[in-house]
Amino acid sequence: MSAQITLNARNLTRRLGRREVIRNISLQLKRGEVLGLLGPNGAGKSTTMQLLSGVLIPDSGQIEICGFDMALNPIQAKACIGYLPETPPLYRDMRVDDFLAYAAKLHRVPRAGMTEALSIAKARCGLQDAGRKIIGTLSKGYQQRVGIAQAIIHQPDVVILDEPTVGLDPAQIRDIRALIRELGRAHSVILSTHLLSEVENICDRVEIMQHGQFIYGDTSVRMQSLGHQAGFVVTLLAPPDLATLKAVAGVIHVEALSATRFKILHNIEASTAEALLTLSAQQGWQAQQLTPLQGNLEDAFVQITQNDQTKQNDQNRQNDQMNKIKPDLMP
Amino acid sequence: MILTIAHKEFRSLFTTPSTWLILGALQFIFAWFFLARMDAFLQVQTQLAQLLNPPGATQSVAAPLLGTVAFILMMLVPVFTMRLVAEERRNQTLVLLMTAPITSLEIILGKFLGLLLFLSLIIAACLIMLLTLALGTHLDLGLLLTNAAGLFLLTACYTALGLYFSTLTTQPIVAATSTLAALFGLWLIDVASTSGSVALKALSPTLHFQSFNSGLLLGKDIAYFLLFSAICLLLAIRRLNNTRVYG
Repeated sequence: MSAQITLNARNLTRRLGRREVIRNISLQLKRGEVLGLLGPNGAGKSTTMQLLSGVLIPDSGQIEICGFDMALNPIQAKACIGYLPETPPLYRDMRVDDFLAYAAKLHRVPRAGMTEALSIAKARCGLQDAGRKIIGTLSKGYQQRVGIAQAIIHQPDVVILDEPTVGLDPAQIRDIRALIRELGRAHSVILSTHLLSEVENICDRVEIMQHGQFIYGDTSVRMQSLGHQAGFVVTLLAPPDLATLKAVAGVIHVEALSATRFKILHNIEASTAEALLTLSAQQGWQAQQLTPLQGNLEDAFVQITQNDQTKQNDQNRQNDQMNKIKPDLMP
Repeated sequence: MILTIAHKEFRSLFTTPSTWLILGALQFIFAWFFLARMDAFLQVQTQLAQLLNPPGATQSVAAPLLGTVAFILMMLVPVFTMRLVAEERRNQTLVLLMTAPITSLEIILGKFLGLLLFLSLIIAACLIMLLTLALGTHLDLGLLLTNAAGLFLLTACYTALGLYFSTLTTQPIVAATSTLAALFGLWLIDVASTSGSVALKALSPTLHFQSFNSGLLLGKDIAYFLLFSAICLLLAIRRLNNTRVYG
């Protein structure tokens, strides 16, 4: 069951006028997988999600949700989807309970299971105490939770969340991330974000979008290693000279950040930190603090998008040159 | 599913205080007209009684009053229809309906029926007021029922038109003003056109209501109202479907 494919999109293209905003995107999602869609503003993340959730119709391509074709059986296909758009679709003058009940009815939750569905969704999103409140009076974070509750009320196989943590405070972000991880166990989740830490924390897989295309896709762990350089920052109150530090097993580069703080880069395989700490204890360097350098997606992301951009710039330049040459050739 | 949406529309109308205010104000206006009509009727009643076949209270009080109600509805319906889709579009809540496993037909019909039910309440309230006439005189129930049916059909066709205009825009105000303009245009066709242009006049809903108002239940008028509403609803469904295509 774990390998069941819940969402299968093939060769999606969407035009806005004559401009292609989504170009030939294919995507597969398995049950229990959390996929992060990453990209700069205007890359086409939201449009992709709108296509997948059936709000927009692709100009070409095919979407299958749990085996139902979105174009041929929209009703069955949509029943398997829960979607939270960028702005949560909330009726501000309704009570939370009424709104969720309405959403459940729209998604054909049977009347008998209504109370249960409501309490499960509320418990998952931490809304137990907010049931009687009017949505318009809730804080942004709570409104976002109601938006997520609306998306999962019918226990959909595929949950699509468009920037679920935007505008929330750190505590709320943590809660919602925990919720998404929990959702990821039973459902398939796609979320879009431009926060890289989010992807690091919760996604199994990453797809990076730019100019309406997927330019890079991999597991998020592998992607981290792309921008990763093993190393750490260490504070030594009685440091030896740099040459001594360089001589420690596996060290590639040592940089003195201040008189007592050193940034040390080393081979991934070598256990340099341990070696250094042992030496420090032996020689009395008074090691105080050792912070591993975070291999962060930010670097990887910039690296990937820049590569792509330079490639495109090169191409554009070539085209420009070609265009410049052409008039000369043709009198 | 249609009923779910209709129920929600109906209920959401009553959560805003302005709805109650409008209902109250309307009832006041209706009562005012009613009393004015009554007054006029009572003054000429003795003279009317000398006629061979004198018009009763239904004909001289109820029918003109309901004619006025029809006219007021023309200005009132756009106020309610404007919100139906335009506001959902503006608040970006339309997405909830678009991603739910329901068809555009169900969305449109749900919204149409929900509002129609509400507007029927207004008509019903007015009719109940007229029924108080039965305390003092004999009522022509047939005329009253024909009027009620005509008013209901007229409201349905106004609502359908308003709903269509509401699907066209994201601004409720734009939807309201354009609906009002269209309804006034249709009314002007009836009022201002010369007697010769029968074909043009036949387009106007108010003309078709007049036969109901005078107690005539004609198939062609019923057909006109049903067709008018159906066409507007179909256009609205089409527009909603196009949202998926054009964004």
